[in-house]
Order: sequence, then C-alpha cells, then structure tokens
Amino acid sequence: MELSRRDALAALAASSVAVGGGAVLTTDVEEGALDGTPFGGGASSGDDERASGDGEADPLAEDRLATLLAVADVVYPSGVSGVEEFVRTYALGRTADRPEHREGMVDALAALDEHARSWHDAAFRDLDAETRESVLDQMAVDATNPDPEGADPERVRFYVVNELLYALYTSPTGGELVGLENPQGHPGGADSYRRGPRE
Amino acid sequence: MSGETNRVPSERADVCVIGAGPAGALAAHRLANRGHDVVVLEAGERFDFEDRERRMERAIRPGHDPLSVWEMGGPRDAYSSAGERFYPLNRARVKGVGGTTLHWQGMVMRLHESDFESWPIDYDDLRPYYAEAERALGVAGADDNPFAPPREEPYPLPGFEPSHSDSIFAAACEQLGVTTHSVPNARNSESYDGRGPCVGYGTCKPVCPSGAKYSADHHVVKAEEEGARVIDRVPVQRLAHDDAGERVTAAVYAAPDGTTHRQEAREFVLAAGGVEIPRLLLLSKSEEFPDGLANASGAVGRYFMDHLFAGAGGTLDRRTRQNHVGFITSESHQFYDDPARATEGTAGGIPAWDDAPADPAAVKLEFLNYAGPSPVEMALSGDEWGDDLLDTLREGYGNSIAMGGLVEQRPRKENRVELDPSTTDDHGNPVPKVHWRVDDRTAASIRRANEIQRAVLDELGADVSWTVGPEATGPAFHHMGTTRMGTDPAESVVNAQLRAHDLRNLAVASSSAFVTGGAMNPTLTIAALALKASEHVDERL
Repeated sequence: MELSRRDALAALAASSVAVGGGAVLTTDVEEGALDGTPFGGGASSGDDERASGDGEADPLAEDRLATLLAVADVVYPSGVSGVEEFVRTYALGRTADRPEHREGMVDALAALDEHARSWHDAAFRDLDAETRESVLDQMAVDATNPDPEGADPERVRFYVVNELLYALYTSPTGGELVGLENPQGHPGGADSYRRGPRE
Repeated sequence: MSGETNRVPSERADVCVIGAGPAGALAAHRLANRGHDVVVLEAGERFDFEDRERRMERAIRPGHDPLSVWEMGGPRDAYSSAGERFYPLNRARVKGVGGTTLHWQGMVMRLHESDFESWPIDYDDLRPYYAEAERALGVAGADDNPFAPPREEPYPLPGFEPSHSDSIFAAACEQLGVTTHSVPNARNSESYDGRGPCVGYGTCKPVCPSGAKYSADHHVVKAEEEGARVIDRVPVQRLAHDDAGERVTAAVYAAPDGTTHRQEAREFVLAAGGVEIPRLLLLSKSEEFPDGLANASGAVGRYFMDHLFAGAGGTLDRRTRQNHVGFITSESHQFYDDPARATEGTAGGIPAWDDAPADPAAVKLEFLNYAGPSPVEMALSGDEWGDDLLDTLREGYGNSIAMGGLVEQRPRKENRVELDPSTTDDHGNPVPKVHWRVDDRTAASIRRANEIQRAVLDELGADVSWTVGPEATGPAFHHMGTTRMGTDPAESVVNAQLRAHDLRNLAVASSSAFVTGGAMNPTLTIAALALKASEHVDERL
C-alpha cells in the first residue's frame, strides 16, 4: 500500500503542526515547503557540523534522517511504499516548531547509533536489515515502555519507534492497512462509522 | 497560556462565580448578559485551544501520565480516598477554564420525571431550563426515544445517525424485545454557534481537538464578550461572611505570585463541582458556622453519589467497525423507570428480575462504538513491529463488540466528602477525603444491567470475554449530592431556588444540589440548574 504525501500531511494535522500557514489539509502547500530534512538548520546543541540554514545540504542532518528511515524500514510493514517521502515530510513538520521534540529525536537517534557502533562498529543506517532489527532487539526496545525522559531504550522507543508508528497508524493509509479508514487520531469525518464492511 | 494576568480583585462586582466549568460558564454568561458585573474565579489555568492536538497525542501515546493531558495532579489537587472503594478523584475532573467538559464524553440526557420524586422541584419546573440548556450546549438528538420525558421542541441539531454496530445490536435487541434509540450528544452534527461539525478524531474523551464537542470554555468566552471578567489560577481558599452570618461578603483567593486577595460581591455562585463546593464550605467554618458555612443541616459533603459502570463485551465472527468515532449513537432507556421489567421479542426476551432481596435502581444501557483497542494504541504499546505487528493489529482489531451502562446509586449519608486534616494542599488547606462504597441495591442494579447485556450479547452469538460487574465496577465520574436541595433547612443545604438556606446571597449551581442522581449523565441537568440558579440570582440583584 502506498503512503502518500497526503498521509503525512494528515498525520501532521493530527499532531497540531501548522505547515504552510495552516494549509496542512489543503493541497496548496507551497512547493518545496516540506523539502529538506527535519534535522537541518541548527539541529542540536553540540553539533559541530550544523547547517547554515541557507539550503545547503547538511551531511549530519541527512545522516539522522537516514537513521530514522532505517528504523522505519524495520518497524513499518513490508507492504508499504513511499516511506521516504512520508517520513521526511512528517518528521520535518513535527520538528519545525517543536525544538524540544527535535532535540529528543536527535538524542535518541544518537543513542541508537552509539549502540550500533559499540556492537557492530557501524552506524545504524549502514547495517543490513537483519542487523538493524537485532540492535533494536538487543536494546530491548520492543519490550520497553516508552518514556521521553527515560534511559536509551525508553527514549528510542518514544522518540523514534513510537514516533514512526504514531505517524503511520494515525494516517489514512495506516488505518486502511488494519481495516479502518478513519483511525483514531485522524480527523477522517463522521461518516465512516456508519458504513458496513466492504467485503 | 493566554488571558488576563492581572489577578487583583474587581473593585465592584455584582456577582462572583467560583468555578469556570459548565455551571459557572453558563451562570456567568447569563448574568453578564443581564447587565451585571460578573467576576469568575477559576482554580485551574486557561488552556490554549491550539494545544488540543498535542493533548490528544499525549492521550493516545504511552509515555505520559494520563493526568498530564489536562495538567491535573500534584499538590494543588491532592486528595484522600477512604471507605470500601478507592475513588480516583483526579481522573474524574479537570480544573481549568472549561472544567470537566474539557475531557467529558458529551452525553446529555434529561432526567426522567420519576427522578424528581424526592426533589423540591419537579420535571416541569426544570423543563424550560432543559430546553435552554440544550440550545446553549448545542445538543444533537432525535425524537425517537419512547422512554424519554416529554419535550416541547426538537433538538437544536439533528442527531447523529446510528453506527454500523448499532445495526448489529438493533437486530438482536428486536428479537429480545429490547428497544434501542438515538442518544442526545453535546457534539455538533453540523456547524452550530461558531463551532464546526464533528470531524471524527475518535478521541472525544479526553480531548476533542476540533471543538465540535461542547466544552464550557466556549461559554466563558461568550461571558467575556458580555463583559464578564475571568481570572484563572486563583483557587478560592474560603468564603467570608458578615457579622450577622446572613450574607457572604468575599471570596478569599490565592494568586500564583503568592498573594491573597478578597473578591467582594453582592451575590456568590458556587460552581466548582460536587467535591470542591462542599470542601470550600467546610473550609469556610467560622464562629457562626462551626461545622462549615451553610452547614446548619450537617448535610454539606454528605450523600455523595456517583453512577456506576456496568458492561460486557467480546467478539463476533463478523466485522463490527469500531473506533471510527469516540462517541455513542444508540442506547436503551427501557430499563430506566422499571429496571425489573421483562421484555418479549420475536425470539425470546429479557426475564423479569427475581433476584431478591434488593430491587435494582435505574439502569441505562449503552451500545459502544469503541469496543476493543484502537490499532494505533495497540501499535504503540505492543512488543512487535513490521509485518508481525501488522498481523497482530489485524487480528486484534475489527470484531470487538461491547455494551456499557450506568446504574443509579441512591443517596446514603455515609458516602461523603469531608476534610482530611492530615493532608494539605499547596496552600496548606486540608484536602478532600472521599468516603464511598457500593451498597447492596447498587450492586443489584449492576447485576441487572449485566443480565440484560449478557442476554443481548448471547443473542448476537458473541464470544463474551469480559464483564464489569459489582466487583470490578468503577465510578462514572459524576459527583452528585453533596449540597443537596430541599425544603427543610434541617435536612438540606440549598432550597428550591438553589440558594443556601443559611445565607441570603449564596447560590449553588452544580450536581452537588442533586437530591438523587438517576442513571443519566448529569451535565445537562447541571446546566439547567445553573440557568435556574442564575434566574434567581438575577431576581435578587
């Protein structure tokens, strides 16, 4: 099933992110307004390679986005496509006016990378799919309770894994995957609850 | 946070309203509209509407204290629970502009005529105020309920159509002779009063991000537009009275900067809910009122009631289409006035109640539209991901079905809110201590609700996996009865005009004035009483 830009915008609408002057749910979001990475433009403190914010590609920011996408590759079902644009658009919108949330994501991604390096001597994004999953398993991210203030596995669960799962399963396409076209958290109207199943 | 930061008292006020929930907001709006100078004192903060999606996310995503959705808890909100049942008070209320309507479900039924038997007013007295309250809250409803009390005009908004799962229930209920009907909702089915229609976030309780569900912050703004002044984050510490003990003279409140102020007024309206109202009266004891202000009867804090939840659910071998919306669209009030009655349908029926000795009290049955877990909540708390997670979600979502219900708890003197001198809040005041137990008659009512629910689910062929009966029941978070209305000053706290027997300028607009609670969600009656109390305040000014 194809994740679309519209899915990302709908998921963003469910998290109160105003993009393009509040035009989130419309199709007239300025072309290019959501390009770039969520972690560019002075992403985090202690970051020696921060971008100047003038549109230049920021290697570190791209790396962080690549790490986020590598996690999506593990936690999203294999049948969905369009993940890169979906995640990029969603994460950019989520972090645009929430510096603390962006800090939390950046720190959690760094923690994940640290574990990957200590066990496999490589960044998380550079591991093969099986090894990526094993890193999350070794950290016990699957069994841990998400906690934005917690230890590494708890923050990875909250800021990375659950961030991605929240985006997917509050989007129309994510809902459709499970069998409801108006998932909780998505303002999909007050009609679908009246309809019977399709089959 | 927006709003006024000047928290010094108004120099001249006709009315001081304590509490900015639905009762206080409606009273303030009505009295300001009548040309009176109104000051509203609210213990909690004024929340930004723009933050509502973020609050919704906090509600959906694990990793947050659920109380943090509306900033409840902490020293300000400390309480004690005594008695046989723990009472989770802070889950049951919100302090802030809008009050508990910020997290309520939005179900708005009128009490039945029979509910008023021991009240000093009857249904006809309240009927015009019910109609006004329905217009104020923007109630969406349909005139298809054969058990509802008489009404004079259509609902302001068309009712929400039944859900797909309602149609599944309706067929089984018909076979058992159980009548189903629509539900009045304080939720826009179309645009009304400057608020848009429901867009289906599915998270009504505890957060409606769109504002389609009525919340009282709406009437706070309308009150301000009529000239009322609303001061947030100023918990009232006590009420002061004159030397003769006949009139309240001032509400003493604490500001966030540590200062204490006195708001004087000609009339005072208590609208802080069924726990904080008796607490404030008890905190305001004086030489003239050694047992608490307006408490010559000793009834302040007594007769605390809630509704009890009864429910059952499981799965069907068909898709039930749950969790698209967060509200209910069908109920049955057939067992409200006569809970012991039998029914007869096309293929059997509900047997009459014969489980002596206790007779059940009123029962209200609900057909849920949000049975079973929502996929996103399952995903966020699961221990899998990828295709395994999706398989689990597909297996877990889709076939759930459930009924809920409220049952009546009759007033009992020993169920009460009192002060707990061993624990104090952030201002050094004793916290409220809730004594609460489920008596035999209430337990019988829960068993009766379960019996009917089980019969309906069996008729559907459901695989019933859970039942909430007398042991597992919990409160519906409706605080009633703690400043009861009555004609005898020796037995009750307020009179039929909602004015304290003991003080000439103190009105109570709250479910605390309920004499009995029925089994209907109380907010429409709270709103109607607030409008009635306001009329009498207006007459006195």
